[in-house]
Amino acid sequence: MSAPTVSTPSAEPVALPAKRRMAQLVMLAFAVLIVMAAYAAVGLGIDGKIPSGMLTYGLGLGGFMLAAYLVLARFAPWADPLILPLVTLINGLGLVMIYRLEVGAGGEGGASATNQLLWTAVGVVVFAVTLIVLRDHRALQRLTYTAGALGLLLLISPLIPFIGQEINGARIWIGAGGFTLQPAELAKLALIIFFAGYLVAKRDVLALAGRRLLFIDLPRARDLGPILITWGLSLGVLILQKDLGSSLLIFGTFIAMLYIATQRTSWVLIGILLFAGGTIVASSIFSHVAARVEVFLNPEDPALYYRELGGSAQLLEGLFGMSQGGVLGTGLGQGHPGLIPLAFSDFIFAAIGEELGLTGLMALLMIYGLLVERGLRTALAARDPFSKLLAGGLSFILAWQVFIIVGGVTNLIPLTGLVTPFMSQGGSALLANWILIALLVRMSDAARKPPPQAIQDEGLTQVFQR
Amino acid sequence: MSELTLLLIKLAFLAVLWFFVIAAVGVIRTDLFGSRTATAAPARKAPKPVKAPAKPKKGEPRQMVVVGGPLQGTTIPLAETPITIGRANDATLVVSDDYASSRHARLFPQDGQWIVEDLNSTNGTYLDRTKVTRPTPVPLGVPIRIGKTVIELRK
Repeated sequence: MSAPTVSTPSAEPVALPAKRRMAQLVMLAFAVLIVMAAYAAVGLGIDGKIPSGMLTYGLGLGGFMLAAYLVLARFAPWADPLILPLVTLINGLGLVMIYRLEVGAGGEGGASATNQLLWTAVGVVVFAVTLIVLRDHRALQRLTYTAGALGLLLLISPLIPFIGQEINGARIWIGAGGFTLQPAELAKLALIIFFAGYLVAKRDVLALAGRRLLFIDLPRARDLGPILITWGLSLGVLILQKDLGSSLLIFGTFIAMLYIATQRTSWVLIGILLFAGGTIVASSIFSHVAARVEVFLNPEDPALYYRELGGSAQLLEGLFGMSQGGVLGTGLGQGHPGLIPLAFSDFIFAAIGEELGLTGLMALLMIYGLLVERGLRTALAARDPFSKLLAGGLSFILAWQVFIIVGGVTNLIPLTGLVTPFMSQGGSALLANWILIALLVRMSDAARKPPPQAIQDEGLTQVFQR
Repeated sequence: MSELTLLLIKLAFLAVLWFFVIAAVGVIRTDLFGSRTATAAPARKAPKPVKAPAKPKKGEPRQMVVVGGPLQGTTIPLAETPITIGRANDATLVVSDDYASSRHARLFPQDGQWIVEDLNSTNGTYLDRTKVTRPTPVPLGVPIRIGKTVIELRK
């Protein structure tokens, strides 16, 4: 046979996927410029001059992102060119909004742009470390059960005395010294790795073995056992901790990954039924769930608005803010997002809606959508089933999280406290989401890299070069 | 700062935000409309006669598409290098399938044709319905079965 030589660019029969580093760098610079322009607009809107913070925050963000880009170009050169710029813009707009809430008058304290910038720096460092240490994401497949155990341990850790801490009525923190962390955010990643690894191994028996009830295929209990136990435990713990948002998040991601793995529509049906049943049961047992549903059905009720615990004031202020914004928004620095309680964390979406209007919100949702699209594209292009499931699961959890919080803030679904990925103030979530992005970048690098080239001599031995 | 300037700043910022979205979509345009090498490139540059031999002849496959099995939807562009399929981690297409061997089959180009060769796999490689016993040329669009995975060569 003819010995195939290393192909030269001119003789290539097909255009291989390009690295597109230049496009990535340009988009990254564009994103940082938009963020700096937003800072300037905030300053001009509030007191008519460009704030001194513009250069420190803008250049700080630019510097971190350049560092992230350099690491990416060195360690994952084939990665998708859009993931990093999109994340940069979302993270930067979040920073601007938190800065605006910090300096703007009429708000309550708690917003701290400096803190958030520091956490962004930590996030970028973790992103870089993940990319450098994890050269082949398939190593994670060997850690399937370790990841599952780690995820459960992280979830339970706030309940352990001495380590666990209770802040604002929710026992979801661990801390030592003055430093606190929400382990549930990291647990999500560990659980997704566990689900992906387990489902890859057991996909066939889950889809094929088992008996048929009505028109739904039920898998055997011993195949589904470990995953049901993990899932039930995590949901139980989260419900005990009153962390409704996270339990909904993990439930939905679990169903989506089962669907991706088995390609059975019946799972989606079972999931929706279980969810509906669970909601009805939970709202009749737990008073705080019932309060949320009441607020969802009737936010305008004055009795609910003035209720001390679990009232509709926050939701309604957010809706007022967005209606004040209208189609084009009040302009950065010119609205009153400080009136919304917790506008810098759970309700940052409503604050942005007030100042940038529907036009800005749609652009923001488009950016999230593009990010998720890149993730799902990675899952499609991946060459091994574990990456497909992992990339699919990670992209889905990002989309699902945006849906739950945006749906909650706009009163489409009952409100559950969740962070808006990359925007809300909060270190743990930012950290976990940067790791998530690092994993996606690592997998997209593997998926887009041209296939390894074989140097062939006549004979049995083949040498593969990566 | 007058009302009008602030209004203009607001509108300009929203426009820039949307421009970013459009630019991002532009970067991934190839995903949406396919490769534009055939249409856009010759229009701008002078017609290059040198380019002719680089183009694949009509009827030559450009990509390998997985049309069935767990990896369905995966496409691998065909270059000049052979493609290996199997459960081994260094295979070009890694199938995790109990019916596939670690080095199951190989596809390689020869004289403008792609040839499939079974690498002594346990359960065999099938070209359409016949078992591949010796290196066999693969026509366009004919399914190759490896365990539960079905692949096809396409233009």
